[in-house]
Amino acid sequence: MTESTIVKVGMADLNVASGGALLRTTGLGSCVGVTLYDPFLKIAGMAHIMLPSSEIAREGQPNLAKYADTAVPELVRRMEAAGADPRRLAAKMAGGAQMFAFAGGSDSMRIGPRNVESTKQALEALRIPLLAEDTGANYGRTVELDSGTGIYVIRSVQFGVKEI
Amino acid sequence: MTLFQHDADFKMDVLREVGNIGAGNAATALSRLLDKPVDMAVPTVSLLPFEEIANRVGGSEAIVVAIFLRVDGDAPGNMFFIITRDSARRLLQGLLSFDSAAGEGEYSELELSALCEIGNILAGSYLSSLGDLTGLYMSPSVPSIAVDMAGAILSFGLLQFGTMGDDALLIDTTFLEGKQEAEGHFFLIPDPESFNKLFRALGVPVE
Repeated sequence: MTESTIVKVGMADLNVASGGALLRTTGLGSCVGVTLYDPFLKIAGMAHIMLPSSEIAREGQPNLAKYADTAVPELVRRMEAAGADPRRLAAKMAGGAQMFAFAGGSDSMRIGPRNVESTKQALEALRIPLLAEDTGANYGRTVELDSGTGIYVIRSVQFGVKEI
Repeated sequence: MTLFQHDADFKMDVLREVGNIGAGNAATALSRLLDKPVDMAVPTVSLLPFEEIANRVGGSEAIVVAIFLRVDGDAPGNMFFIITRDSARRLLQGLLSFDSAAGEGEYSELELSALCEIGNILAGSYLSSLGDLTGLYMSPSVPSIAVDMAGAILSFGLLQFGTMGDDALLIDTTFLEGKQEAEGHFFLIPDPESFNKLFRALGVPVE
């Protein structure tokens, strides 16, 4: 068996892959790893989202991949450019954990669940169905999407490997 | 991203000294706690892309024991005390003087609580010496502990920088405990707004 090519997606980054390559992002905590997949042309995309909304951006030229509300449309645009049909795209997502438990945590402590909510809203706005998710809880995840099959693999320290 | 317009080198030096004083006191506290000599490396101050911060402790997927405290007060920020699982085990043996009943890579409630308290004591001495130096009020939150992937843990401390760019300024100090080489890292990631307050308190001209 040949090793599949791995396309790395960094923190606050997004990427598109096809031809059986694997999209991979490591160490998702409160961040969300959202993926889109065109099952017909086998084109896959993944974004590593860090913050819920670009409204809070104070940078001159916001990094679109960083915010849920900008990353999802940008990922769709990049996949269309790669030939995918936006009407065929379906999403899967993982992450959005709450890494540390605090009594009466402030808003920033709830960043994981907020990232998940915003990502769902961004998907809904574009009418992209969410097929499966593994979100929340309090542990880190490393995720991989196979552009050949659309299978989303999630690894964690406590729970090993899971597929959605 | 450029954080400082003027005198960037000088300002980095000032922050290095901030790390030196804070971590120096924390190292002394750790040494008293363990009744053993604890060595400390010269702190490094660097503006790093988010991706690279986890590389300081073995990479995004490396499993670490991390104690996190949010610093509130005049100069807010995030603080992490990060150790490898081996170091955590050695710290516990030194402190609790009994062998763990929990299996490899697992921690009992008592052990987690003890590690959390070590983090609390160290962060407290780091911050109180910083407070004495600057005259600023800085108070740590209740500590919280996680044993997980370094990337997942550290990203939580980068959110305040996240709205500004894709880099964060990190004051990193490495500890070495005697011959046992229990290695620990102290990360202080002040919020972007805190730098000018720190500089002003220390008499450094700010733009």
